Amino acid sequence: MILVWLIVIPFAGGLFCWQAERLGDRATRLIALATMLCELLIALWLWGQLDFQLPALDGSDTQWALEYRLPWIERFGIDIHLALDGLSLVLIALTGFLGALAVLCSWNEIVRRIGFFHLNLLWILGGVVGVFLAIDLFLFFFFWELMLVPMYFLIALWGHSGSQGSTRIGAATKFFIYTQASGLLMLVAILGLVFAHHANTGDYSFSYAVLKETPLSPTMAFTLMLGFFIAFAVKLPVIPLHGWLPNAHAQAPTAGSVDLAGILLKTAAYGMMRFALPLFPEASQTFAPIAMGLGLLGIFYGAVLACGQQDVKRFIAYTSIAHMGFVLIGIYAGTELALQGVIVLMVAHAFSASGLFILSGQIYERLHTRNISEMGGLWGRLGSLPGFWLFFIAASLGIPATANFIGEFMVLFGTFPIAPWVVAGASVGLVLAAVYSLMLMQRVLYGPTQDDTPLRGLDTREFSMLLSIVVLLLLLGLYPQPLLDTTSAAMGEIHRLFDTPSQLLPEAR
Amino acid sequence: MQMPTLAFAYLPLILVAATAITVMLGIAWRRDHRVTVAVTVLGLALALVAQVAAWQVIPLTTPLLAFDGLAMLGGVLILASTLACAVLAHAYFETFQGAREEFYLLLLCAAAGGLALAASRHLASLFLGLELLSMPLYGMLAYAFHERRSLESGIKYLILSAAASAFLLFGMALLYAQTGELELSALMVSLTDGGAGAWGLAGAGMMLVGLGFKLSVVPFHLWTPDVYEGGPGPAATFLATASKVAVFAVLLRLVLTAPAFQGEWLNTVLWVLALASMLVGNLLALTQSNLKRLLGYSSVAHFGYMLLVLVVADGLAAEAGGVYLITYVLATLAAFGVVILVSSATDGEDAGGLHYYRGLFWRRPFLTAVMTVAMLSLAGIPATVGFIGKFYLIALGVEAERWWLVAGIIAGSAIGLYYYLRVIVTLFLAEPGMHRRDASPDWAVRAGGLVVLGAAVLVIALGLYPAPMIALANAAGGIIAP
Repeated sequence: MILVWLIVIPFAGGLFCWQAERLGDRATRLIALATMLCELLIALWLWGQLDFQLPALDGSDTQWALEYRLPWIERFGIDIHLALDGLSLVLIALTGFLGALAVLCSWNEIVRRIGFFHLNLLWILGGVVGVFLAIDLFLFFFFWELMLVPMYFLIALWGHSGSQGSTRIGAATKFFIYTQASGLLMLVAILGLVFAHHANTGDYSFSYAVLKETPLSPTMAFTLMLGFFIAFAVKLPVIPLHGWLPNAHAQAPTAGSVDLAGILLKTAAYGMMRFALPLFPEASQTFAPIAMGLGLLGIFYGAVLACGQQDVKRFIAYTSIAHMGFVLIGIYAGTELALQGVIVLMVAHAFSASGLFILSGQIYERLHTRNISEMGGLWGRLGSLPGFWLFFIAASLGIPATANFIGEFMVLFGTFPIAPWVVAGASVGLVLAAVYSLMLMQRVLYGPTQDDTPLRGLDTREFSMLLSIVVLLLLLGLYPQPLLDTTSAAMGEIHRLFDTPSQLLPEAR
Repeated sequence: MQMPTLAFAYLPLILVAATAITVMLGIAWRRDHRVTVAVTVLGLALALVAQVAAWQVIPLTTPLLAFDGLAMLGGVLILASTLACAVLAHAYFETFQGAREEFYLLLLCAAAGGLALAASRHLASLFLGLELLSMPLYGMLAYAFHERRSLESGIKYLILSAAASAFLLFGMALLYAQTGELELSALMVSLTDGGAGAWGLAGAGMMLVGLGFKLSVVPFHLWTPDVYEGGPGPAATFLATASKVAVFAVLLRLVLTAPAFQGEWLNTVLWVLALASMLVGNLLALTQSNLKRLLGYSSVAHFGYMLLVLVVADGLAAEAGGVYLITYVLATLAAFGVVILVSSATDGEDAGGLHYYRGLFWRRPFLTAVMTVAMLSLAGIPATVGFIGKFYLIALGVEAERWWLVAGIIAGSAIGLYYYLRVIVTLFLAEPGMHRRDASPDWAVRAGGLVVLGAAVLVIALGLYPAPMIALANAAGGIIAP
């Protein structure tokens, strides 16, 4: 039942915020913050309570630490079927934490219609938590599409009108159409799978565990796998399906960018690990070289295009594409080490990218520009903000002692036995990462100043937000073992499914 | 077949016709808008109850009419949407200068025609039902005759509809000449058995033109946006919901009971029409800045999606058709209802222009919520009933492996999102100083407001828990009388 509460709390909190607007701004923000902290605390409490070292290898049905099931649409065998394992728990805790940050970072930025703003913000997070918990494919798709609507509103109504004539509504619409159309492809693939199962057994079922056993012809499996892959690839994003990302990031308010980079992109990686790989192991094996190639392409493409950006949020958006390239490579390498690295990298990127987006928001509040060429020489004018900027850039570059280093290292190390050439290429990509990171640092912090007047320093709220991210990044960078322990069973299961050829599957069970 | 059972099945039709006569006599005796509305609503509500109760006695067939699951479901939808139109018309015509009462008379006659059409299994009843449905619509569309556009839309519909009827009649005549049958199923059987022949093909093709016109399927859709835009809100609503449901129900029965209809060429024609409607409807809607025109094109696209049911006509088809009809009617009623409520407060042309709705959210949050829900449902977003409809259609397409049509639905949905989102975001944008048109302040507690709110609540509730709707459509699809 607690799994249902995890989903219901953000939705209910959002409705409260909407109605609390008449009580004043402060009450609304406090309710939103309390909702997200509550979510975070439940996740952390579960983390302490549950045992994630489950013997998943014996093939019994106990790969979940917690499960909840309620019939929903019996005509098609659709259940409200939620389940939690280490992977979902980590991502839900991340959602709670970044949700609280998103509320905090819009404290001064959003001043209009804050009730409706927080409704949308919390509903996005509720939808994301639903995505992380649902293991009925219909329910998963339901939440997958549901979280788009509030995100659309967030960008379209509270976004910035960008440069070069690109409007926030245009960006929001582009985001929505990209993800919805690709989502429908996934729906077709889901239905294809369901009907394949129906043809075999005469039963309708959307259950993950049942559909995993469906025997498919290789062509069929490959086609269906592509349907899933494209939907996830749009969200991740993978070149050439990334067109929506820079615009959406540049136009979104800070809280929207934090949610997009921190959580929404992670739903795609989660979907690949939870659904695309285990449902179609052989097809995914076949597809792995292409996927890794696309990941490699993303690393270079993101890095090169980032260097040319003038808008600081577009800059960070392109670096996200590069980082997600590593994630894609790690997922399709499929070794346990690489998959574990993907988790660390996802968490680390969520922290570092959110940190950078929050900082850009704070710079924007002070300078009223996101144009890099109008910055410069901020080091002396801004109190402690440049220090944080430096740290997060170093983190996103993957300096040892930050979690990003652990993640990238594990991904590359884990991929090497499978695809050494990809690792060699990706390592070259790391050099490019250094180039763009140093550029971003140099052009924002150093160089000639535009103006000598000192700007307002960080207040307690801003300072503590940033400090908490820094502490987490360092903690994970220095001692990632608790995180790895939590997800090792789930990752081991994915690795086993991915690695075992289908002919051996019945014996393994 | 005993007489009482049959009377039970006929009861909704009888009740609607009796109400029409009562209203007519009432008008002749003394004009009173409110009493007329009250009688109309009462009669329609009773008919709706009778229609639900008649579910007990089906399937029944008479030489002219087939009371089967499809007729029942179609009847319920037609009566419910007529009821909604009557209630909304009350708000709409409150400040209308001129005779207001005859509108309800026309509405009731059209509803009776719709009921007959949805249940028809004979060329005679098909034609009678269709004409009884269409004739009052001419009057309803031109009802605000001092508005140029309303008059234009009435005349446009009159001329084009008459042309379509001529095609239909000619087609029927050719089919009769070829086969000597007037009963639909027998007609179909003898067409396949004896080979259709050139005249048979021409006849079937012409009938398709006539019916396709009523459904506004591409390329017979040209009248739709103009008529939707010009006609008074309640008339356009009836045209978009009840009238199309009736025609679709009869077509669905035709393809389901006569496998012969699945002949090679007809199937090809249908799926080409479906694909064309999905794409053309959505593409033309992109540039519209008038909400009623936009809804017109959107209905073209939606019936394009629904043609998939006719193309497949197997397996899940009947159920999917039922579910999609329900979802379409609910969302369309909610969307048109908001337009009517916003239009009714002042006289003159309907508030079709999108700019009237700019910033509506900050003035009327719940009315905007209704419109948002309706648009999201038409776009097929989860948590609304439209998603269940789209889910069914895609499931049907995947099951029958009609990949082109599935691709068409996906492409159509992606294009459609653009204009549905444009409407939604307009509702939420900052308020401009000009162009204010608004629903009356107490809209939510008045009958029209309740209808609109009820439709929106149903859209959400059935979107979250669709089991009752599925059971209904499943039951309806399970009982098809030839």
